[in-house]
Amino acid sequence: MHKLYTFLKYTFITLWTVFIVAPFLWAISTSFKDFQSVNSKVTYIPWLDFEPTLEGWRVLVKSPARGGVDIVEPYFNSIFVTCTASLISIILGTLAAYALSRFTFKAGFVRNNDITFFFISQRIMPPIVLSIPFFIFLSTIGLLDSLLGLVVVYIVLLMPIAVWIMVDFFNRVPKELDETALIDGCNPYQAFYKVVLPNSIPGLIVAGMFCIIFGWIDFFFAFILTFTEVQLLPVKVVALNSSITPWWSLSASALISVAPLIIVAFVVERYLSKGNLSGALK
Amino acid sequence: MNFKHKFVFLFPGLFVLIGILIFPIIFTIRLSLSGWNSYTPEMNFIGITNYIRLFTDDPRFWESFFRLSFLSVTTVILQYVIGFALALMVWREIKFKRFFRVIFLIPMMTTPVIMTVIWRTFFHESLGPVNDLLGNIGVKPILWLSDPVIAKFTVIIVEVWQWTPFMFLLLLAGLLSLPKEPFLAAAIDGASPFRKFVYVTFPLMAPISIGAIIIRLIEASKIMDTVFVLTSGGPGTATETSSFYIYIKGLREFQMGYAATLSFTYLVIMIISLTIIAKVLTKLMIKE
Repeated sequence: MHKLYTFLKYTFITLWTVFIVAPFLWAISTSFKDFQSVNSKVTYIPWLDFEPTLEGWRVLVKSPARGGVDIVEPYFNSIFVTCTASLISIILGTLAAYALSRFTFKAGFVRNNDITFFFISQRIMPPIVLSIPFFIFLSTIGLLDSLLGLVVVYIVLLMPIAVWIMVDFFNRVPKELDETALIDGCNPYQAFYKVVLPNSIPGLIVAGMFCIIFGWIDFFFAFILTFTEVQLLPVKVVALNSSITPWWSLSASALISVAPLIIVAFVVERYLSKGNLSGALK
Repeated sequence: MNFKHKFVFLFPGLFVLIGILIFPIIFTIRLSLSGWNSYTPEMNFIGITNYIRLFTDDPRFWESFFRLSFLSVTTVILQYVIGFALALMVWREIKFKRFFRVIFLIPMMTTPVIMTVIWRTFFHESLGPVNDLLGNIGVKPILWLSDPVIAKFTVIIVEVWQWTPFMFLLLLAGLLSLPKEPFLAAAIDGASPFRKFVYVTFPLMAPISIGAIIIRLIEASKIMDTVFVLTSGGPGTATETSSFYIYIKGLREFQMGYAATLSFTYLVIMIISLTIIAKVLTKLMIKE
């Protein structure tokens, strides 16, 4: 019985791992192919099935005028928008989360939990519902097709995540900590900045990672609110997909676009194993 | 503590969020009462004409909505079952535990649209590896993207691949935070692994499960990116979801007024149904 269970367990884990890795392996293999090895028959293993070339990867750094798919600029745009919006969301979200965790608010029937829910519930909002008014709004104030406009929109996307993670985190930081600081003569801001914040670094890292993930992987807003001036990475890659870009450079650009966040997986796992995530994600 | 300080902490975030959101929502409601389209791009007032059209003369929206419900409920159930199974398997000691945990997390870190670009080549009907490998064992080529029924399942496969890791992460984080005592007690009583799961693990995990399911349902109700790249809603309208339909009406046909009507209705339905689902799940899973 126990042996059977162990066998099934490892079988399942192995199958799932294969399922997860398969598209990556396929993309890696495809990125080294040329016309012959993509279009004649399905090939898998370099050297054995086909002769690998670096053409797919070389195209990425060439300018469009010379037949390249300039991916460098969208890359930096994506990094800029994601990081700026995450930073602003974390700062505002952390302050709000601290207030919601430490003080009581009362306004009519509205209590702390309702305010927290208001923040988090913004995730329910389907992007399409926001995109049409944002489209008109940003074009009125001239921020359509600009990085700044995207940052503003991404704050709505990311702040709920920051508040969600930080409220739970602050709830687990003992209140005695700030009370001691206040007794020692700090004002509330110093207590927050000098005592609570340094003790919340794991929470801040987790919240930061989630903001970066959900900012980096967003496609829809970037797709609707930008055209030619500013392009973010996902929009660029999808645009390649609909044009006549060959599979090898398509695979190479896709791989290079998803690569940076895979490192984040390692960081998340570390925090998970140390037990820091457990409370933060409830 | 001094009264005013708490507002200094709360208000920046609250006001920024309300400031960014209040305009779009009011604007959407007002827009939904107008006949704004590419011929008359102006905020006229036509009353509830758009709403009447939606409720009496637009089966395509309702079809897309039921399709969305089917897709999101199916994917979330699959994600929950697989995610829970995976989380249980790497919860306790197992060889290469950390390696598997990282592998299981990776898909959620990758951009859905970009991975879908790869999936498209993966499921390509003549040049993709899936049909080729199946062909080797004598299966006829499957029309992954151009058969109306199979295309739905292709979308489900991709969504499950993409988002099971998120479910896995939430559930594993929950498992790791459980108290040790109930498990010790069960071990002393000599409970079998199956009984341990049914009587100890699952009940303890119920609140976390509900949270995870609701979070995933919220995210799944926005399924759009995958469909957009994988099938563009096709073949025909076979994989068109509500968001995608609203996108077509609003930003391709420029019937802004009508699209706003659809958006607002969709939002209201979403909020109501998610609230009901949350209530029902809580009743079902937490037995007092």
